Amino acid sequence: MLTATGLSKRFGALVVLSDVDFSVRAGEAVGIVGPNGAGKTTLLNILSGTYPPSSGRIAFRGTDVSGLDAAARCRIGIARSHQIPRPFHGMTVFENLLVAARAGGGLRGRAAEQKCLDALGQCGMLKLSNRPGATLGLLDRKRLELARALATGPDVLLLDEIGGGLTDGEAAELVAIILAIRARGIAVVWIEHIVHILVQVVERLVCMDAGRIIAEGDPKSVLRDAAVIDAYLGPSAAHAAVG
Amino acid sequence: MKVQRWTPQSGVFIAALGAMVLVLAVGPTWFSAGVTDRLSALFVYVILGAMWNALAGYGGLVSVGQQAFFGLGAYAAIRLSHADVPVYLAVALAGLAVGVVSLAIGEVMLRLRGGEFAVGMWVVAELAHLLVNLDPLVQGETGTSLIALNAIAAEARRAYTYWLSLAAMVALLAVLFALLRGRLGTAIQSIRDDERAASSLGVNVLATKRIVFVLAATGCAMAGALWLASAITFQPKAYFSVQWTAYMIFMTLVGGIGTFEGPILGAILFFLVETFFGGRGVWYLVGLGAAALAFSLFLPRGIFGALEQRFALRLLPLGFRVVERTKP
Ligand SMILES: Nc1ncnc2c1ncn2[C@@H]1O[C@H](COP(=O)(O)OP(=O)(O)OP(=O)(O)O)[C@@H](O)[C@H]1O
Ligand SMILES: [Mg+2]
Repeated sequence: MLTATGLSKRFGALVVLSDVDFSVRAGEAVGIVGPNGAGKTTLLNILSGTYPPSSGRIAFRGTDVSGLDAAARCRIGIARSHQIPRPFHGMTVFENLLVAARAGGGLRGRAAEQKCLDALGQCGMLKLSNRPGATLGLLDRKRLELARALATGPDVLLLDEIGGGLTDGEAAELVAIILAIRARGIAVVWIEHIVHILVQVVERLVCMDAGRIIAEGDPKSVLRDAAVIDAYLGPSAAHAAVG
Repeated sequence: MKVQRWTPQSGVFIAALGAMVLVLAVGPTWFSAGVTDRLSALFVYVILGAMWNALAGYGGLVSVGQQAFFGLGAYAAIRLSHADVPVYLAVALAGLAVGVVSLAIGEVMLRLRGGEFAVGMWVVAELAHLLVNLDPLVQGETGTSLIALNAIAAEARRAYTYWLSLAAMVALLAVLFALLRGRLGTAIQSIRDDERAASSLGVNVLATKRIVFVLAATGCAMAGALWLASAITFQPKAYFSVQWTAYMIFMTLVGGIGTFEGPILGAILFFLVETFFGGRGVWYLVGLGAAALAFSLFLPRGIFGALEQRFALRLLPLGFRVVERTKP
């Protein structure tokens, strides 16, 4: 459904991505892990059109979307969250979502409003509907990123570290939310450092290091991969995550 | 859960507003000449405040050069009238003509952000002033006047200008209100708060800003042409003066930036200050500036913002409230 081939990204002399191939099928859930600075967010920024790659192309449902900006990609069904949340401070939570449903989802009037209520309900945020974006704490801001992306009515949801800082109970709730999103047929790409949460949701895991994909495939085998343990997990963490 | 926008309170308020507009519409038949003139000025101030607020309060586009459009509006009226367009039609069309020109200006200016946009607009105003001075018809700073008005009796002139100002104010406020309640409203506010997030949610940033920019330019130009219709004389310096933008900022910050009602309240306050303290001169401007600054520091949502919160006012609601569905 979303296929990127030969992606490279340089910031000046710094090579952040080199020759990355990445794809996600319709309805699939893919996890991305890797150490800080591996290039995960950069990959997501390029997939979502925040900035163009230095080289490489991106296709969505078989057509080349490399030339589309972030807004256009969102409108055709590629939605994302931001690692550092970007709420609209002067708007309520509901209005934050309405931006998404109207612009990204192309909905109007009652249909747009209903879409927002659904997304808020699905993310357990209805109680916060009338709170100004500026007053939210970090966890609610992250949840808002998810709900807003969902309100665009995406086919692919690109999530960047929405699970950090959660208690076990909250983490279980988040897993249930993402599983419900998957069940609706939405493909999910989820960058997350908390591997044991990730493996409850994804059917495929990608591990990045230094701008390259160093392992990918079935989560269990990726987590046992010697290169992954070496670059990212460390031996004890690998053991804990696989269980 | 359901989404609420209108409330009974806003219904009553809008009915009252409608009645007030009807009363104002028959005003020139019984107001004194002085009152008619002053109210025409008030309508122009309301337009200016509302337009600057649309740009800065809703779009985050802080312009210190809106006098460019005020001056160009007056100039366009002179030019149209000179080309034998009936004089009040010239005044009415001048704003639209400048609106078209502002499309081109926006193409360049809207690529600038924050302070660059603010200063860039000031440069635009200076350039517009210089260019208008080059027109032989204007005769440099000597200026000219809307001569065609001399053919009309003073009393009729006063009433026409008043009606045109009232109509322009009501129409511009209505258009702005409708736009801000619709998709444009959420889109432009999201751009104000975080352009990149807006874009990632599907908002077409440039197209959205363009609509607001052109509307504000058109409104300010209409205001300039209406001012000319009252003043008759056109001295470029008086129209392209930064004082007009200072007035807009004062009205918006004192009344309540980012609220629909605030700048209207601000315009009324400004009008009262001017009427009773007979404002002109440097100290007057300094006083206005200090007041605007004090408000933005201590009452960031202005007087209306404070009242709105204190009394849970929802007069002309643009926002959305999610409320429990009341049991049938
Ligand atoms: N706009 C930019 N300009 C210059 N360097 C950048 C820019 N964005 C990212 N980088 C650099 O690119 C590298 C990869 O960053 P990226 O944010 O993609 O990492 P990440 O895998 O998401 O890390 P984390 O787990 O910490 O979020 C880092 O070294 C970062 O400093
Ligand atoms: Mg990152």
